[in-house]
This record gives sequence, structure tokens and C-alpha cells, in this order.
Amino acid sequence: MKPAPFSYVRPTRLDDVVGELEEAESAGSGKVIAGGQSLLPVLAMRLGRPRTLVDITRVPELAGLREEGGSIRIGAAVRQRQVEREAAQRIPLVGHALPWIGHREIRSRGTVCGSLAHADPSAELPAVALCLGAVLTVTGSRGSREVPAADFFTGAMSTVLGGTELVTAVRFPAPRAGEGFGFGEMARRHGDFALAGAAARVRLDGGGVVEAQLVGFGVADRARSQDFTGPLAEAVSRHGQDEKALTAVMTEAVSEMAEDVVTAGDAHASQDYRRRLIRVLGTRALVRACADSRRRAKR
Amino acid sequence: MASAESSTGSYVGQPLARIEDPALVTGRGRFLDDLDPLPGTLVAAVVRSPHPHARIRGVDLERARRHPGVAAVIGPEEVLETLRPFPLSLKTPMPYYPTGTDKVRFVGEPVAVVVATDRYTAEDAAELVHIDYELLPAVVETADAVREDAPLLHDSAGSNIASDRLFDFGEVDSAFEAAAHVVAGEYSFPRYSSTPMECYSVISEWREEAGGPQVTAWSNFHGPFSMVPVLAGALGIGAAQLRLIIPQDNGGSFGIKAGIYPYVALMAVASKYAGRPVRWTEDRIEHLLASSAGSDRVMRFSAAVDAEGIVQALDVDFRENVGAYLRPPEPATLYRCFGNITGAYRIDNVRLRSRAVVTNKAPTGLNRGFGGQQLYFGLERLMDRIARTLGQNPAELRRRNLVPTAAFPYATPTGGIYDSGDYEQAVAKVLESSRYQQLRKEQEEARARGELVGTGIALAVEPSATNIGYVGLATPAEERPPGRDKSGSTEHVRVTVDPSGTVSVLLGTVPQGQGHATVARQVVADRLGLPLEKVVPKVDMDTDSTPWTVTSGSYSSRFSPLLTSALVEAADRVAETIKVAAGVLLEAPPQDLELDGGLVRVAGAEERSVAFRHAAGLVHWDPGALPDGVDAQLYAEAAFTPPESTAPSRTDQINSSLCYGFVAEVVQVRIDPETYEISIQQVNAVHDAGTVLNPLLIEGQVHGAMVHGLGGALYEEMSYTDSGQPTSTFMDYLVPTSAEADFPLTGDRVVTPSPVTKLGAKGSGEGSSMSFPAAVASAVEDALSAHGIEITALPLHGNVINDLLTRATP
Repeated sequence: MKPAPFSYVRPTRLDDVVGELEEAESAGSGKVIAGGQSLLPVLAMRLGRPRTLVDITRVPELAGLREEGGSIRIGAAVRQRQVEREAAQRIPLVGHALPWIGHREIRSRGTVCGSLAHADPSAELPAVALCLGAVLTVTGSRGSREVPAADFFTGAMSTVLGGTELVTAVRFPAPRAGEGFGFGEMARRHGDFALAGAAARVRLDGGGVVEAQLVGFGVADRARSQDFTGPLAEAVSRHGQDEKALTAVMTEAVSEMAEDVVTAGDAHASQDYRRRLIRVLGTRALVRACADSRRRAKR
Repeated sequence: MASAESSTGSYVGQPLARIEDPALVTGRGRFLDDLDPLPGTLVAAVVRSPHPHARIRGVDLERARRHPGVAAVIGPEEVLETLRPFPLSLKTPMPYYPTGTDKVRFVGEPVAVVVATDRYTAEDAAELVHIDYELLPAVVETADAVREDAPLLHDSAGSNIASDRLFDFGEVDSAFEAAAHVVAGEYSFPRYSSTPMECYSVISEWREEAGGPQVTAWSNFHGPFSMVPVLAGALGIGAAQLRLIIPQDNGGSFGIKAGIYPYVALMAVASKYAGRPVRWTEDRIEHLLASSAGSDRVMRFSAAVDAEGIVQALDVDFRENVGAYLRPPEPATLYRCFGNITGAYRIDNVRLRSRAVVTNKAPTGLNRGFGGQQLYFGLERLMDRIARTLGQNPAELRRRNLVPTAAFPYATPTGGIYDSGDYEQAVAKVLESSRYQQLRKEQEEARARGELVGTGIALAVEPSATNIGYVGLATPAEERPPGRDKSGSTEHVRVTVDPSGTVSVLLGTVPQGQGHATVARQVVADRLGLPLEKVVPKVDMDTDSTPWTVTSGSYSSRFSPLLTSALVEAADRVAETIKVAAGVLLEAPPQDLELDGGLVRVAGAEERSVAFRHAAGLVHWDPGALPDGVDAQLYAEAAFTPPESTAPSRTDQINSSLCYGFVAEVVQVRIDPETYEISIQQVNAVHDAGTVLNPLLIEGQVHGAMVHGLGGALYEEMSYTDSGQPTSTFMDYLVPTSAEADFPLTGDRVVTPSPVTKLGAKGSGEGSSMSFPAAVASAVEDALSAHGIEITALPLHGNVINDLLTRATP
């Protein structure tokens, strides 16, 4: 369990990171490393053999965590644990999701942008980015571009990133008035990759639902987002805050989304069980998001 | 915390903190990877089979040999040139070498070894080893392996059944004929391991000496040392030409590291060809693929039950999956619990069929509980089934069948002699502390409301201090050669007093973190009337200088019953010499003297005393002053040899362990009715391990064993696909972490001291690892009782519950 030979560079300027990636690309392949929580096992098992690792953790401009025009901007070198400690209140859905990622020790190494770039279909942060409409900044030799989360993920462990590009930052929008959030997942043990999970964002206006977005993850090649504004608005107008009734109605609605789950299944969860989990967790997340919206409005 | 008081004589029984811990928690542990005993040692990487079953058509090592930094590459040819097959426990013709030679028989089986300057280089070169395989059909489950047309693992054996024995005790047939009810069930116990934090580690050095090869090896092996002659046999040398050294610290094993010896041989071969000592440190993938695991077992249990619910006879069929080879000491897992196969119950008639079956899985071996978790899963599931069949309360049914308190010492039909116990009291206690009857009523009401809650119970007799004679049972009595009986569970120790009166205790017990040194200090300080700090335990095993026999080692929870007994014997012998010396100084007869508070004093005349160190000093400095005929020997060795551990009888009975403790456990679970997530709400347990030597350590053993059982119940499984591909990383092999182990536990204790050990102590390292999987299964079954589901296999988790409920309600 030792990596094949590779070279390692640790530039201190973003320009140099891009330059190193270009050079590595022409010599074989380069790979950005930040926290290394997913990459190092891949290297150790020799499942990946990049020629060069470009460590970005010493680039000052990638280290920022700050508010920026109604969003929280998280630089590529920012650890998940730092976000958990410093920004969980300001981006509550991210705050709900972070404790589910591995264990604290892992989050103190792993980065938010690294998880997005890795694009594991069972990972929490891509689902949350999708649910919130986060925007990623992608930088390469031709400059930077902004990519909405909905356009960023293209499949399992696959994104629009080119071979010499990296995610330099992600912006998560801060909650708008009337917004509430719900998150839940099921894993065999705490910290394991989710068998299935759900993230929900709901916006209420005067007691009525004007927006409802549900993202399911762990059940397909990437997180899937679906608009539930219609069904949830109707359910809430009919049942108000009666969570039991809401749950019953929304379970029906989410069932259709769950039926779309097609997966080979494994020893930990069959397709049938994953469908059940999406139905249950999706419904719970939506109902929780409604309650969360009301709770926030009271503050 | 350790007390610094000078009063002595009562350390045993106190919750003294472990003296091992400060070094371990400050990074000063000395594990084999921290040591560099032989300068110039090279590093090995092992090339392993990716196939579960294949013929080796050719092995090309040349490219790897030419890789810069590589000293040697060995394969089947070098192994066959140097080694003989390991001597097996049985005569079954299933030759076992540390690598595949003709074929590979499981994924991860070694085929070649690359020796290089460092592990990176060795792994680079390992990729250049080319092996030409002819793929063969694989068989992974025993049900398939016993079929007539099954692929044969070992052509020379002609069958995949390595051992098939039938035992019959009492009047089984007539009991079944007379039975009011016959209740039967088939149960399947999964394969899982212990995943110690430190994996296997070996340094082997092969030297050609005038008298032939000499092999010196360091490894974190921990016994049983009956594997030393097995190892020497493969190397073709005597045990005296094999020197085995075990580092002071061993990062856990729970039995798993008993399977390391093939690698000691393999690295010795590598060293022979490299001309240098060779180190191999196992990584986690290698460990999960190819080290060792508890066996998976399919069991059929039938009970003849009378109208009152008393079990009159048991008919048991074990089909054990030992993996690709009958690696010694297998098939021991089948026989370790032979004497306690009837568990907590008074059952006089027993029939047992024991089959060990080879498949394309990795070989099995010792794993905490060793045969107990398999046995009690079947037996306790059966007891629940009997209760349900008869419409009785599961706890009440068990109580009726218990070995009565008045019956101890109790002889089981299979030869076990339960040394002491009070099962009635232990069960009463656990039922009371768990509010069992009330709880069941409350849960029935909750289930009527749609909640999935339930309570389970399991009882286990916990054997300790194995009598290695049980391994002989796998061979029919008429084939066991006369004069070659095997028995025993001896344990050795040496106690030495230095000129300043400090006592050192040489512990060759090869601990893996249990705290042997802590307890040894308590025992010796008590016997010699010394403060703790005057006793210095030294953990050291070097087969050239530490006393040992084939039964030595750290396994079957043998420290508390055996080693502490040896300590008592050795310390008492030293005390005799000290008293003689003090008698000279005090001018008093030695028999009038007693040891206390660091002094030797005249009983009844406390002002007449001399310091222990002065008495010791006399023996060292002035032995001429000793009375005639007294040796100036201030060290004593003891080999505690319990007469209760004898070889199997001609009628195949054996007292398979020296001591038998007891566990009674009640577990409450709740299952989320939507996600089917199982959570353990409360555990109540009562343990009896005889005299408690150190409550802190015994509590740690209970927690550890329980969480190990939790792993088997809910999380861990070394699963194989039908084509023979195993789980190989911690992403799929799920070990419970502290986050899963935070369930509330109320522990209680009954103490029935063992009459066969010096301090009355029994082993206590394994109990809950045997009972907990059964108790959890019982609770989950209870929670799902409205759906008529029976739990017959493990592990249990949401996906399994989903399958069971989907099948139950089409």
C-alpha cells in the first residue's frame, strides 16, 4: 500500500499552481492535492498514478473564508473543520451537512472545494452545493470562470474541470428571508459514505411555500435535484403545520422521485432499500425545512 | 489510581491503573516496527493472488529481480526448495505452504516475495512479477463445497471435507423418541475478525551455521507456542535452531496474530535468498485479505423438549468454513467449546457432528470468543425458538434449564467440568436490573402502537485456560497414537529478587495490551508483602531464554487463571528463602515469620522484624550465613500445571478448558420503523469470572468483548462474492467505532471463585464476545415479532431488515 513514484510541488502563488499543472499535464498528468483525504488512499492503492502532485495549501489567495455579496466564499485551501467552526451558522445547510462528513479528524484535513472537485456520488457537499445553487470558481491557464453547481457535476467522480484546471473557490448563498433547510442521511456507521441522503431547501412567504428544492444523493452517479414547490405548496396549504399529515402527503410525492432510483445495490443497501431511504429521508428533509423556515422567521 | 501507600497485602481486587499506559499514550510504545534489531535489514513486499482459485502455470521473476534496489525475489520454486509443508493438526492430505505452489486457493494468497531496500521500491518491483494463472471455478460456501461436483481445493484429498467427526453422549435417540416437542433450527454465523490496530510484523534472519540453518525471527506473534514446532517443522529444523523473539508491545490481536507464523517462515526463505535479514510489515489491505479471521459456520440444532420445556437432548451439526487450508491450529475452532457445548443448561444427552470444510476463502484461526460466538448463536437462538414454540417466556424457559447452583462442580456430558458458578443468581440479577418482565410488557404495548422495540437475552458459559488436548478430538480415538496424548494448560513465570530487595517478574505471557504487568505486580506484591513499587514486571519472550512450552502464549483468556497461579507458586518459593534468611538475622525459626509492609517479622511479636531488602541482601552478600542445605537462590520458576486438564478420553470426552465463567445479558433495541436503523437502547449484563483481580481491567475486557460482539451483530462481515472476491478495505469491512459503542451499559457481577486456580480467578476476556451477537439477534427478533420474522443469521442492519420485512409481507 505505497504509492507509485510521483513528484511533489507546493507553490505559493496561484499562477504557479496553474503553471505546474500545465507542466505536469505535458509530462503525463498532474493532480491537485489539498487535504488528501480521498486522494491519498487512491495513490496508496495505486488506483491513480499522477506524475505530479500540486499542493495548493500554501497559496494565500486560496485560504480565504469570507462573506462576499450575500454569499459565503470558501477558498480551495479552507478545511471543512474551519467552515464548521466559523461559518456553520451563516450557511445553515452546509452546517447541517458537515458533521456527517467522516470524523472530526478527517474534516480537519479535508477541504470543501476538494470534496466538490472529487465529486463522489455519496458525498454530502456536492448535494448541498446543488441544493443551494452554489457557484464554483474554476481557474486555469485561460483565466477563471464561474460554474453553477448544477452544471459542474457530470457523473460519478466526474466534473467539467479540465486537466489543468482547479476549483479555486465556492460561493454558497446565505439564507434568504423565509428560507429553511433540512438534511438527513443514512450510513452504516457514523462517518461512512451515505447509503442515501437528502438535502432540502424550502422558502415560505406568508405561510405559503414559494420554493421547495430536494436533492437526493448516494443513489445515482451524482446528486439529483428535484423541484417540489407544487406538491409542497399544496400540502402546506391543506395541512398547515400538521407534520404527520404533511409527511403522509409528501411521502407520496417523494415516492416518485425514489422510484427513479436505479442502482446495482451492494451488501450495505439494495436498490429497494435505497429507494425506501430516499423516500423517508427526502420527506423528512422537506418537512424539517418547513419547520426550520418558520423557526428562522421567528428570530 | 495506583496508591502510593506503604501498606501492603491487599492489592489484588483493587482498581489499580495500568502501568502499561503511560508509555503507550505518550508514543513510547516499543512495537516491532519501532525496533531495528539487526542492522542491514531489507524490506519485503508480498505478491498476492488476485484470483480465488487458479492453477499457477508459470512464474516470471526476472524483470522484478533486475529492478534497481531489489536484492531478491522468491516464488513457489524457492519455497518448495527450502520448506516442507506445515505439519497439520490432522492427517488430511491438504499440504499447506506459506505461498501457493501448485495453485492459489484464495484472493490474497502469497505467491512471491520481493526483497528490496525499502517498501516503496519493493512494491514497484512487485508490479513486475508476472504470474501466469489458469483460472479455476471457485467455491466459497460450505453448502456448495460439500457437493459431489464441487471444485476440489486440494486434489490429493479428494474432498473438500477436511474433517468429519460424529460424537454421541448419553441416550440421544430415546430422548428424541420420548420428546413432547422436537424443536430445530438452522443458523448461520458470519466470518469476522478483530482487526487489531497493529497488523502483522516480522523480521526473519536465515543463517547457515556449522550445524545447519539457524533462523532468528522477531514477530508480534503471541502463541499458542504449539505453533513453534509447526514452524520449525516447515523450516526443517529443530525448535532449538529457531529463535523467536516477541517485542514488549503488541498492538492488539484478540487471537488474530496467531496466524502470523506462515509469514515468519516465508520471510526466513526470503532472507535465505537475499542473504540479509528481511522485514515485512503487513498493511491493512493485506491484513483484511489474508491474515486470519474467525470461521463462518452453518449450524443445525435440534432439541428434544419435554412438556415442561426441559431440554432432554441436543442434536447438533456444525459445518465450519475454515477457508482454503486447514491451517493449524484449525480445526480447533470446532472443538474449543467441546466441554461446554451444552452452555448454561443441564442437558445430559448430546450428539454432535463436526465438519471442517475447505473453500476459496482465506484460512481461519483464533478470534476472541474462538468457537463460542458461533456455538452460542446457535444454542441461544434455539432456546428462543423453543420458548416461542412452547409459548413460554424466553428467560423463564432458560431458568428452568439452568445448571442448578447446587450441582457445581458440574460435569457436562462432553467431558467439561464446570469448576464453579451460580447461574441462577446471575440470571436473577440481570432480569432484575433490566426490569425484564415489566419491560417486556411495556414493549408489547409499544409494538401494538407500531413501534419496533424488543428485548433479547443470551446466556453463555465462558471457557478459559484452554486444555490444548481438545485439538486431538479431531482425530478419531482409535487413530490417536498411544503415548502421544496431548493435554495441558501450563503457564510459566520467573520471580527474582535483586540485592536491594526489588523483585523482578519475568513475564513470558506475550500480552497484546491486556495489562498483564499491572496484575502481576499486584499479585507478587501481595504474596511478598511488598509495596507495589518494589515489584518490577518485565515482559519478555525470547525462546532462547524465557521458559516456555507448547501451551505458552496469550490466548483463551489464560493469564488470570494460569499465570497468576504460577506467580503465587513462584513468589511463595521466594518467600521461603527470604524467611530463612530473615530467620538468621532475627534468630527465629522461618516458619514463625510473615511478610508484610516490606518487612519480615515474627508473627505475634511485631517489634521483632527485619526489612525484606536486608533479608534479600543476606542471600546475595552473605550466603555463607545461611543454614546448611539452603541454596542461595533468590529466584524461583514455577510452571503451574493444573491436574484437571488431561487428554481426551477414549470415549472422546474432554475437559476442554480449566475454568468456566458465566455471562447473562439482556439487550434492548429500537428499530426505526421507516429507515429500519437499529439502535441499542440499553444493555444489562452480569459476569462471573471468579475472583476479580483488578476491576478496572475486567471492566475494560467486558466493554471490549461486547463491542467486538457488537461488530459481529451489526457491522462486521468478511463477505465474499459468489465468485470469491472478498472485502478488502475498511470502507466495506465496518468496524464499530466509539460513535457506535456509546449505548448505555449496566454491568453487574457474581463472584464464584474457581476452586482450581490459586486465586480463584477465571479468564474474562471473551465472555460478551460470545453472548452479545446472540443477545442482539434475540432483541431484534423480538422487535420484529409482529411480523413473524426469525433471525437466523448476522450481521443485522437496515438493509437486512428491509429484506426480511419485504419477504415477510409480499
